[in-house]
Amino acid sequence: MSAKPKVAFFDFACCEGCQLQIANLEEDVVALANLVDVVEFREVLTGKAPEYDIAFVEGSITRKADEERLKDIRSRSKQLVAYGQCAVTGGINRLKNQWHSMDAVKKEVYGDNYNMPHLDTYPTRGIDKVVKVDLYIPGCPIDRDEFLRIVKELLLGKKPGLANYPVCVECKLKENICLFDYGIVCLGPLARAGCGAKCPSNGVACEACRGTVDNPNTNAMHEILEKYNYTVEEIKKKINIFGVNPEVSK
Amino acid sequence: MSSKNNINIELHHITRVEGHGNIVVNANEGKIEKIQWQVPEAPRFFEAMVVGRDYNDVATITSRICGICSIGHTFASLKATEAAMGIEISPTTRVLRELLIHGETLQSHILHVCYLVVPDLLKVNSVFPLVESHKDVVLLVTKLHRLANELCDCVGGRTTHPIRARIGRFSMLPTKKELEGFKKRLTEAVDDLKKLAEVVQSLAGAIPDFTRETEYLSLTNDSEYAFYDGLCTTTDIDKTIPVDEYKRVVNEFVVPQSTAKYGKFNRDSFMVGALARYNNNYRQLTPLAASVAEMLGLTGINYNPFSNNIAQVVESVFAVERAIDHINWLLDSDLKLENPEIKPKAGKGVGAVEVPRGVLFHGYEYDDKGTCVKANCVIPTNLNHNNIQLDFEKMVPELLNQGKKEKEIQFQLEMLVRAYDPCISCSTHYLDVVFKK
Repeated sequence: MSAKPKVAFFDFACCEGCQLQIANLEEDVVALANLVDVVEFREVLTGKAPEYDIAFVEGSITRKADEERLKDIRSRSKQLVAYGQCAVTGGINRLKNQWHSMDAVKKEVYGDNYNMPHLDTYPTRGIDKVVKVDLYIPGCPIDRDEFLRIVKELLLGKKPGLANYPVCVECKLKENICLFDYGIVCLGPLARAGCGAKCPSNGVACEACRGTVDNPNTNAMHEILEKYNYTVEEIKKKINIFGVNPEVSK
Repeated sequence: MSSKNNINIELHHITRVEGHGNIVVNANEGKIEKIQWQVPEAPRFFEAMVVGRDYNDVATITSRICGICSIGHTFASLKATEAAMGIEISPTTRVLRELLIHGETLQSHILHVCYLVVPDLLKVNSVFPLVESHKDVVLLVTKLHRLANELCDCVGGRTTHPIRARIGRFSMLPTKKELEGFKKRLTEAVDDLKKLAEVVQSLAGAIPDFTRETEYLSLTNDSEYAFYDGLCTTTDIDKTIPVDEYKRVVNEFVVPQSTAKYGKFNRDSFMVGALARYNNNYRQLTPLAASVAEMLGLTGINYNPFSNNIAQVVESVFAVERAIDHINWLLDSDLKLENPEIKPKAGKGVGAVEVPRGVLFHGYEYDDKGTCVKANCVIPTNLNHNNIQLDFEKMVPELLNQGKKEKEIQFQLEMLVRAYDPCISCSTHYLDVVFKK
């Protein structure tokens, strides 16, 4: 029998909520731990390893020093998975990039001390701006069931895919009343499904925390906006919370 | 070789804590040259991220400060916005929020004590080896952890980054049937927690005997052991301080060894978290929580920072007892979805909540359109950094005098940091041990 795949988890600038979703698999983590050899996972385990079959990387890149650490991880990993929206696009941390300068951002938070060298920061980016990424698991946070499915498929040697249809599809399947009918502007028509339309099913607008589908149907979005008497500005206001390029709403 | 007195610890990115921190200790022939707790976590600049955002989006964004206490961040944020705009919440909304706070406290404390601290007490590197050696206990722990998460999933729509908690209302409510189910499971969990407390009691001998009196800061209120609401208090003051005067309590400042800000009040440092809450409010514990405290040797004010983990066990029991009370209240109520009219208004407001790691403050300023123009978030882990440093400075000479070797010293310093349950990515940001040769 071949040895169990060596798996490691790493994090960069983020809230670590996605690794918490792994802990929240509860008993399934115990089962998963039988299938793989978790060799590095700083938050739960003391220990290091020289190389990994699969490295799961969470968090965004916000400074030069972190690029070196990420490149080192990449060089020792056969496969590298970006999990969570911070790793995928920079996620919510990209809101910082809307400021006119990084000095202004630093002054807003650290005041007169803004120029201390250890507070250095540059515009937030996803990890694929620094290293090659083999697979993406989007979401803020990731969906636990989707994570489990993707890991199982990886271990079986398959190439896992993501839903490439909008959140509206999952929302309709749940027979939810459209939030636009309640006067709530929702990004469901553009956003990538896979979450089970979690937010609209809880009475809250989709914020596209998983990004958009590959080719969002902007014509349909415009038709919906027109039908409910909204302008594209309403979409633009919301679309950038999780780092989606506002160009999609043109 | 007289290496006994030459200590060089350089531990980068200490494990089993949330976020990145370093420990650096350097002693030459018994003379200490450097002891430093460093926080190199990449700062994320949330206070800048929310500027220019609509008031409805602010809690969505600041929830992402921390994955582990996202419910607490959501409430501190909602409370600050509600205070700024003069928005009142209904008793049902308040009780649902309290229920969620207790669910999050249980989830976080169980995770921390059982997955991150217990491996130290059993001298293993993680919870994984315990699956084999202590299977019954691990299954008991996952059962409690699952219960806490499922409760928060049900009430909040999602346990991490809750969906349903909105300004002035909930977007959807749990059904009474769902609440009945959780009441039953929480009642059963009381026995599980007693068993867990016995396990912790059996391991308590491995908890280091170290004390350093400091100032303990938390919320307090007359009606109960404060979590969701209260006024600022410390063990050094007689008169409580309103939360909107939080800046004169926390006194944040920037230091070169940390991207997280530090704080202090009446002494060189203070401590927040379960032990601080316990030290200020232990007389208000529920009966069962009080009996577990006594069983675990917590009897009144305690100056051993490692006791923070004992206080977390006690608060887990408290959380379950109070969650049952809140569910009973909801079951006796109408439990109807509310849709209050909410209008943006210019103003300033502060929200404070006790989250698992201590008191959390969010302060916002809005213009008349409800656009956020200024934000400040004070994170409990930040408030503890300075206290950890001063604990290090007392502990290292004591351990050297006891003739402890570098490895033992490093281990105990790591244990100390873990005892605080730091959440470095939210504090911006902290933990690594560096022993320098």
